[in-house]
Amino acid sequence: MGQIKLTNVKKSFGAVDVLHGIDLDIRGGELVVFVGPSGCGKSTLLRAIAGLEKITSGEIAIDGKPVNDVTAADRGLAMVFQSYALYPHMSVRQNLAFGLENSKMPKAEIKERITEAARMLEIEPYLERRPGQLSGGQRQRVAIGRAIVRRPVAFLLDEPLSNLDAELRVSTRAELAALHARLASTMIYVTHDQVEAMTLADRIVVLRAGRIEQVGSPLDLYNTPANRFVAGFIGAPHMNFLQATIASVTPESIVVTLPGDHRLEIPSKGSGLVQGAKVTLGVRPQHIGLGSGTTGANQSIPARIRLVEALGSETVIHADLAGEKMLVVVAGQHRLTPGADIDLSLSAAPIHLFDEKGLRIEHAV
Amino acid sequence: MGRTIGFILRRRGGKFWHWTDIVTWVWLIGGLLIMFGPALWLIFSSFKTPAALAEFPPSILPYASQQVTVQGYDKPLVLYDVTLPDGTTKKLAEVRRIGLFSQMVDPQTPGEPIRVSINDRKPVRALSFATENYTEPFVHFDFFRYLGNSVFVTVMATLITLVVNSMAAFALSKYEFRGRSFAMLIILATLMVPLSVIMVPLYSIISTLGLFNNLWGVILPTVATPTGVFILRQYMLTIPDELIDAARMDKASEWQIYWRIVLPLTAPALAVLAIFSVVWRWNDFLWPLIVLSRKELYTLQVGLSIYSGELNVQWHFILSMTVVTMIPVVLVFIFLQRFITTGIAGTGLK
Amino acid sequence: MSPSASLREIALTPVRVVMGLIDAPLRALQKRTGLSGMALFFLAPNMLIFGIFVLLPLAINFVYSLTGGSALFLPDRSYVGGNQYERLFDCSSYLDPLTCQEDAFWTAVSNTFWFVVLQVTFMILAALVTALILNRNLAARSFWRAVFFFPVLLSPVVVGLIWRWILQRQGLLNFILYPFGVEPYTWLTDRMWSFTAAVGVSLWAHMGFYALILLAGLQAIPKDLYEAADMDGTRPARVFWRITLPLLMPNLIVVIVLALIRSVQVFDEVYILTGGGPGTSTLFLTQYIYETGFVSQPRNPGLAAAASILMGLVLVVLTLLQLGLGRRGENKGKR
Repeated sequence: MGQIKLTNVKKSFGAVDVLHGIDLDIRGGELVVFVGPSGCGKSTLLRAIAGLEKITSGEIAIDGKPVNDVTAADRGLAMVFQSYALYPHMSVRQNLAFGLENSKMPKAEIKERITEAARMLEIEPYLERRPGQLSGGQRQRVAIGRAIVRRPVAFLLDEPLSNLDAELRVSTRAELAALHARLASTMIYVTHDQVEAMTLADRIVVLRAGRIEQVGSPLDLYNTPANRFVAGFIGAPHMNFLQATIASVTPESIVVTLPGDHRLEIPSKGSGLVQGAKVTLGVRPQHIGLGSGTTGANQSIPARIRLVEALGSETVIHADLAGEKMLVVVAGQHRLTPGADIDLSLSAAPIHLFDEKGLRIEHAV
Repeated sequence: MGRTIGFILRRRGGKFWHWTDIVTWVWLIGGLLIMFGPALWLIFSSFKTPAALAEFPPSILPYASQQVTVQGYDKPLVLYDVTLPDGTTKKLAEVRRIGLFSQMVDPQTPGEPIRVSINDRKPVRALSFATENYTEPFVHFDFFRYLGNSVFVTVMATLITLVVNSMAAFALSKYEFRGRSFAMLIILATLMVPLSVIMVPLYSIISTLGLFNNLWGVILPTVATPTGVFILRQYMLTIPDELIDAARMDKASEWQIYWRIVLPLTAPALAVLAIFSVVWRWNDFLWPLIVLSRKELYTLQVGLSIYSGELNVQWHFILSMTVVTMIPVVLVFIFLQRFITTGIAGTGLK
Repeated sequence: MSPSASLREIALTPVRVVMGLIDAPLRALQKRTGLSGMALFFLAPNMLIFGIFVLLPLAINFVYSLTGGSALFLPDRSYVGGNQYERLFDCSSYLDPLTCQEDAFWTAVSNTFWFVVLQVTFMILAALVTALILNRNLAARSFWRAVFFFPVLLSPVVVGLIWRWILQRQGLLNFILYPFGVEPYTWLTDRMWSFTAAVGVSLWAHMGFYALILLAGLQAIPKDLYEAADMDGTRPARVFWRITLPLLMPNLIVVIVLALIRSVQVFDEVYILTGGGPGTSTLFLTQYIYETGFVSQPRNPGLAAAASILMGLVLVVLTLLQLGLGRRGENKGKR
């Protein structure tokens, strides 16, 4: 139950292509997160699956049956909208009942389902209130409840947390994860927030400009991003990118030249790494250490501190490497002054390399 | 007390009356008299007897001469205060007037007629409301029927306007379809088409459809108001599309979305349009005058205008019926004024 | 449930039943036609009625103006080309209506012109003053607003009758003037006074509407602008000319053009008040069209249609003026 298969799905609004042939296989019971910057087509894709947008070509199949010509109402899916889209003139109970009444369900069963969902989401005290009398978090629960009572084949959630304040977002996120574990039904979740994606997803689908950039588990994406875009998008703060040229290649390692003519040795078994090739070197801020000057040659790079943000548990350093900005996050508290020179140690850091097209170069040891 | 007055007469600032304060209060008090005065005058006049209406100078409140029934006379006689030659005053009833003299009797002693100069007598008058001005026209002039016709036209036209306009506004605000911008263009372009520009061909169309001398001929041309479609559409545009998507996911049909989701949420705009429609249709004059030529079909406005255009205007009836015609609008004004003023301020329609 | 809520339930039940019954066939329709088909379904009733009773007349009005005779139905009428227009424009001197073949038309045009000029001028001035006064820090402002707005809702027939009653010989006006030694006068039998009365009465009836729109415009001007001007020590007159008036301009333009458009169509209340008289001193265009097309014997629908088209052209020009000026005003508003 709840398998959704997209085959070469395309969508254009007039002359503008929004989705360029999406292929995706969502397994039953999986929580898949569509993530990407705004305008990447993730919401359009979700609405296409829901049946709210007609696709231009391709096929959408639910549990093996093509649903291209099935209306939104009959696809058996339920959706939680970004604005919650609760009917403002109906009580919470009527909001939950509306969809069930439309499918001519017996009154007793409607009542039973509402009671059950209300208990699960702890919204029993508000059942007779109107949405306007509820707080943002309560409305959010009602919106989820409206989806739950339908017992849908799959849940579609369109940025459901974006209207909540930061604190509530964290707790609701955890509740959503628990809910998914409990219901064990397919969920497709759209967000532009990669933290939500990382914490919730079984699998993440990264979208950009109407194309899938990468599909994989959160840690796959974090550890082996398929391209520069995914590498930059997943992880906070963003990965540092440095333009580099391969100076020499040995079977055990390569040496690259960084801005400011610094040399850096990277352990590598890479094939296809050619001397003189231009590559982009990526390293996450958390993976950079503070060198003491005694670190081995070619394993650290000198930089100048521009700004220090002491957060207590960690220290964020904005550094300058021959005009390139570098961000470093180190644990603990450090006495550093802007303007001072430091050594950034990359000896322990996983180094990502991307070719000129931005694709990942495998060079793992 | 002094404080209240101080609050009501708030001034521009400072201790002295600025000239703008004076202008303000002259304008406000003058406005009060000029705007309400005529209507009050109409109401007071409507309770006067025909005789009192013909008097000059008129009294403000309705006074009527008092009458008494005197033994030996069939008809009631008018009572006068009379100054007798000996300087005493007495209440006497007038039997008849002969030239400059009047033959009078004392109601207590009807047997002895007294001759009095007409300059020495003054009618005894008391505040009295000629309510028969209100009751008789219903019998004589079919005013009940006119009232019924007006109510029918107003209610039907308003109901149809609300349904038809809201449906069109729903289509124009929540659907993408070919010809939508064309339909919008037509509606905007005809916002200002007045009846006077199309009354000749419209009349022939009404006649062709057999709606001449038919209340539906009055109703139908007024119901598809571009103004109504326009304000409802503007309002519906503010209803989030996600609500409609949500309803579609909830297996609602488009018709259900229209009447269970969109209509309830458009209630404020519908209320404004309903109030306006009631006032417009109740007040309509020229078109009903053209379409309705049979007496029993007249609306109040037409009936009033026909009777007031007669050679011998029976003002005592006309005035009272004018008051009756005014009542619904005044009620709307008193209870729904806030709606109307904000409606006009927001949309600029009348 | 509160009593009012249950009353509402009772009132709504028949509506629910009807709407529910309609739903089944409409669901079938939706299955067949899809969403865009439903859109047309929702649009259809309004557009049908609108097409028959507004667009069609608009379209055939011109055809009417090219035909002659007194027959009502178009097929029974004979084609006369531009004769009706020639007849309307047949004048020895356009400055003197009496030299025209259709002297009534030109009298109506001239009367309407002067009516528009006078009525709109005084209307805008009065509405502006009223709005400025109502915008002051008044106690019971909504009461005062209601005072000036009250006549707007009255029907033209009621307005006409109220004032006919006041201006007659035993009327209120003579009563008020009597102590000042003015002999009772039948104002509406005097050409000059009846025209003045027509202007004044329509002013009385409509001024509140325009004042209300201007008041809304005034209230939309941010208070901090006035506070800033106050801090700069600007004199009140200068505040009016340099802040209030420029920012009110978009509303003022709307009000002026709206007043012009309405004023050109003047009819109902004046018709009841004076019947167009005495003579033709208060005969206006709409009344001319009405009487030519429906009252005169024999009636002349072709001539009425031609006159109504000429009037329509004036309204089109005014509407375009509003759209043009309105856009400029909007841009100004955005600064």
